[in-house]
Amino acid sequence: MKKTAKEKLISFAILSPSLLFIGIFVYGFIGRTAQISFLNWNTFSRLLQGEKNYVGLKNYIELFQNPRFQTDLWNTLYFTLFFIIACLAIGIFLSLLLNNKPKYGYLFQNIYLFPMAISFVVTGTVWRWIFSPGTPGDPYGVNLLLSRIGLTSFQWKWFTSTESFLFFNIALIPVIIAAVWQFSGYTMAMWLAGLRGIDEQLIEAAKIDGASNWQIFSKIIFPIQKPITLSAIIVLAHVSLKAFALIYSMTGSGPNNVTDIPAVYMFESTFRANRYSTGSSIAIILLMMVGLLIIPYLINSFKED
Amino acid sequence: MNNNQQNSKTKYLILILSAVFFLIPMYVLLVTSFKDFDQVSLTTMWNLPTTFSLAGFTTALKKLAPNLMNSFYLVIPATLLSAIMGSLNGYVLSHWKFKGADTLFALMLFGMFIPYQSILFPLVQFLQSIGLYGSIPGLILVHVIYGLPITTLMFRNYYTEVPTALTEAARVDGAGIFSIYRYIFLPISIPSFVVVFIWQFTNIWNEFLFAVTLTSRPANQPITVALTNLAGSQVVHWNIQMSGAIITALPTLIVYVIFGKYFIKGLLSGSVKG
Amino acid sequence: MSLKSKFSIALLLSFVLIFSMVTLAAAQDTKVEIFSWWTGGGEEEGLQALFEVFKEQNPNIEIINATVAGGAGSNAKAVLKTRMVGGNPPDSFQVHGGAELIDTYVKTGMMQPITGLLEEWGVRNNFNQQILDMVSHEGEIYAVPVNVHRGNVAFFNKAILEEHNITPPTNIYTFINALKKISEESDVSPLALGDKNKWTAGHIFETILVGTLGPVKYNGLWNGSTSFDEPGVRESLVVFKEIMNYVNEDHAALTWQDAAQRVLNSEAAFTIMGDWAEGYFKTLGWTPNKDFGWVSVPGTRGSFMVITDTFGLPEGAPHPEGAKAWLKLIASKKGQDTFNPIKGSIPARIDADKDKYDPYLTDSMHDFATVTLTPSIVHGSAAPEGFVTALNDIINQFVTTGEVDNAHQRLIEAANEYL
Repeated sequence: MKKTAKEKLISFAILSPSLLFIGIFVYGFIGRTAQISFLNWNTFSRLLQGEKNYVGLKNYIELFQNPRFQTDLWNTLYFTLFFIIACLAIGIFLSLLLNNKPKYGYLFQNIYLFPMAISFVVTGTVWRWIFSPGTPGDPYGVNLLLSRIGLTSFQWKWFTSTESFLFFNIALIPVIIAAVWQFSGYTMAMWLAGLRGIDEQLIEAAKIDGASNWQIFSKIIFPIQKPITLSAIIVLAHVSLKAFALIYSMTGSGPNNVTDIPAVYMFESTFRANRYSTGSSIAIILLMMVGLLIIPYLINSFKED
Repeated sequence: MNNNQQNSKTKYLILILSAVFFLIPMYVLLVTSFKDFDQVSLTTMWNLPTTFSLAGFTTALKKLAPNLMNSFYLVIPATLLSAIMGSLNGYVLSHWKFKGADTLFALMLFGMFIPYQSILFPLVQFLQSIGLYGSIPGLILVHVIYGLPITTLMFRNYYTEVPTALTEAARVDGAGIFSIYRYIFLPISIPSFVVVFIWQFTNIWNEFLFAVTLTSRPANQPITVALTNLAGSQVVHWNIQMSGAIITALPTLIVYVIFGKYFIKGLLSGSVKG
Repeated sequence: MSLKSKFSIALLLSFVLIFSMVTLAAAQDTKVEIFSWWTGGGEEEGLQALFEVFKEQNPNIEIINATVAGGAGSNAKAVLKTRMVGGNPPDSFQVHGGAELIDTYVKTGMMQPITGLLEEWGVRNNFNQQILDMVSHEGEIYAVPVNVHRGNVAFFNKAILEEHNITPPTNIYTFINALKKISEESDVSPLALGDKNKWTAGHIFETILVGTLGPVKYNGLWNGSTSFDEPGVRESLVVFKEIMNYVNEDHAALTWQDAAQRVLNSEAAFTIMGDWAEGYFKTLGWTPNKDFGWVSVPGTRGSFMVITDTFGLPEGAPHPEGAKAWLKLIASKKGQDTFNPIKGSIPARIDADKDKYDPYLTDSMHDFATVTLTPSIVHGSAAPEGFVTALNDIINQFVTTGEVDNAHQRLIEAANEYL
């Protein structure tokens, strides 16, 4: 049935306030940020005077030549990748366990969601304590627990380690664990909401046909949940780019920037060093990276609709 | 049968082990909050407090209390508005697509990746020009707007699963956009509303950057600002800080408990699908 | 649907809330908004004590205490800048004296000179003149320094030093020997460092830099009379690297507080930190001169590394009268002697009442009045904020890589760009 002109008008009218707001608060400000990134506003007085001296790509070139920023890009790549995979895997697994309403399921569900409720500044500190290596003679945190149960060979320097493997700074592992701890419960909740809508008869029928659990999951449940999984991935990508507060309070930049991320660098550039144009360039690079990842995905998902 | 019991044992084992992982940091948080300041140290972080001290909690409570209501004034309207707008947007973008709707959706979505630190200056200037700087309504506006991409996304992808045949049938019966939303979509959206409420409530409740830059007067500041202010510039009393974090987290936990119920009940499983 | 009616009620309520708040903006008498990052412990109590005195003196002025905490004022500075750029200054705000004040706010025309006010109140000559120079630009004073912390202090565990027969070192060679002796004779870390936040390593570096250059040449770095090519700058990197051999290996996981606790728990002998650590030791129950001792960082006896908090009068302050009353209070002897003993710092005035201060602080007051003041880099007094950030970055990488020439080269580049 073709949509009437009135229906089209109403549906556009419903969207229009959001579009207006987002037009100003997102695209207006992104435009402003992009503009600043091409200026030489790298001191407070230049920002205040507001004189527009364009320097082309200078800020970008300096960033890409900067070893700290190069480290930041690798860190973002690995952090985002492992964080999203782990959150999805754990979240989906837990939601499947909780789906058929086991006894105490409600309690477990709340325990898994719980970490999200607590201020990142504080959870960051708690995780820093837990993964503080201490010294071999006087281990702290996890290392202390390991030595109590006799697994001293598993002790390592955690987030203070400066070793890396294929540009992956292994100091990021504890940081990823902390972030996964905080957000995998949410992936669980999103999946759980979706699972509520799946017709149980569908699954019963598959069982009668002799499908294994794995087949039911991969052939029935997962395809139905694909849109929700896509939401989860995008939300997690959003979180990982903004894990600023958690990382900042847990490890800061780390020795030789092993746990540094662009958001930390951006904050320091903008508010400590007064390098507004540098900070804006970092913001624009981040946005472009997101665009590269998200847009093809979106186009693909629209085609399928 | 035996196999089933075995399965359920394994299942509980996994659930419990996961719960332990999730609770370890909570344990540290709790024991630290009941310690005296001179007992807080990395070496003794796993130990129970030698004397059970409420000093952290009383100090934190005293300092957080004045800002508690501000957070409610902020979070409740912001969560509701962004959820409702997101739900309507998601409904239109999944079932009333017009030409270009997908592009508009992609543009909206992109909005959630905007790095907030980089837009503070224009944001403050803009809010000042519309007279909302420094007030809670201004903060509500900001949270609603920056929450829209995520809420729209969640609802859109949830509604995508609803068969278009259902909408079509209702249209044939003469139902309009709003009545279809009200009588078909709203009732089945509860799990999704729960997810969105949990997300928005938690995020807005815990948000610090906007809270601290957009409200300059202490009388308008939400609780997160007060929570951060528990720390001194050089010395941080971790027992107070962690007590404060627990107090601050309580309303969010209550939200989880209340709304989580709607989840687990699975109000509508199977009723509209297929 | 009961849930739905709950929704609509909640929605209605939230609109009512929004509108009631908009209309709540009430009119009041004179106010003064004081912006600071003094939020916890002694500093907050000190500020509250000042407010009490202020209320007695100015019963008609309402104080708005706008505080933003976090990491030595880093959040507060971000908020302040956003407000200043947005044309919404507080009536008076806390800022580190020196470059942070002058370079960021005075040279950009955001502050009003207060030289005339200080003269009118007859307090100009009661301040340490070197510190007034740090808050002056082109002959005008722009802020009232309210307190002073010393950066170049090495605190030590007295028992450990006695155990190893070490007298408190006075120059860099005896210091390194002492560190070496401790590391050979025992398991304790000779020097405790917690550089999870970058500035602590930079803090040690700057105290060594002032040692190798001497206070005069060090101060010359900031007015161009000393170059960063100077051999003393490179030497400071060499010495710093040497000293880093004696720090606890898990330093990157700790904050300065954790490091200070190592000294307290007899797990480390020394720690180099600003003298706010003294207040911290006392809160943990340590007695100055009994449990812990202090020396100026070896090799820097003739220097006093200054970290000073100041308040000024911004252009366009909404309540300048209130702000002036506030400045008058904190410039007075009473104001300074009210705040500092509680905060654990010394006054910027030289006529303070010594009886109110503990043995460490009286010792510090003596040095403050007699030796050369050197502005701290990492705490914002010596150089523009761009340089501070660059220095912290360079030192953070240098701690791991140990490449002296590279670090020196980058210091020179940073100096060329920002100074």
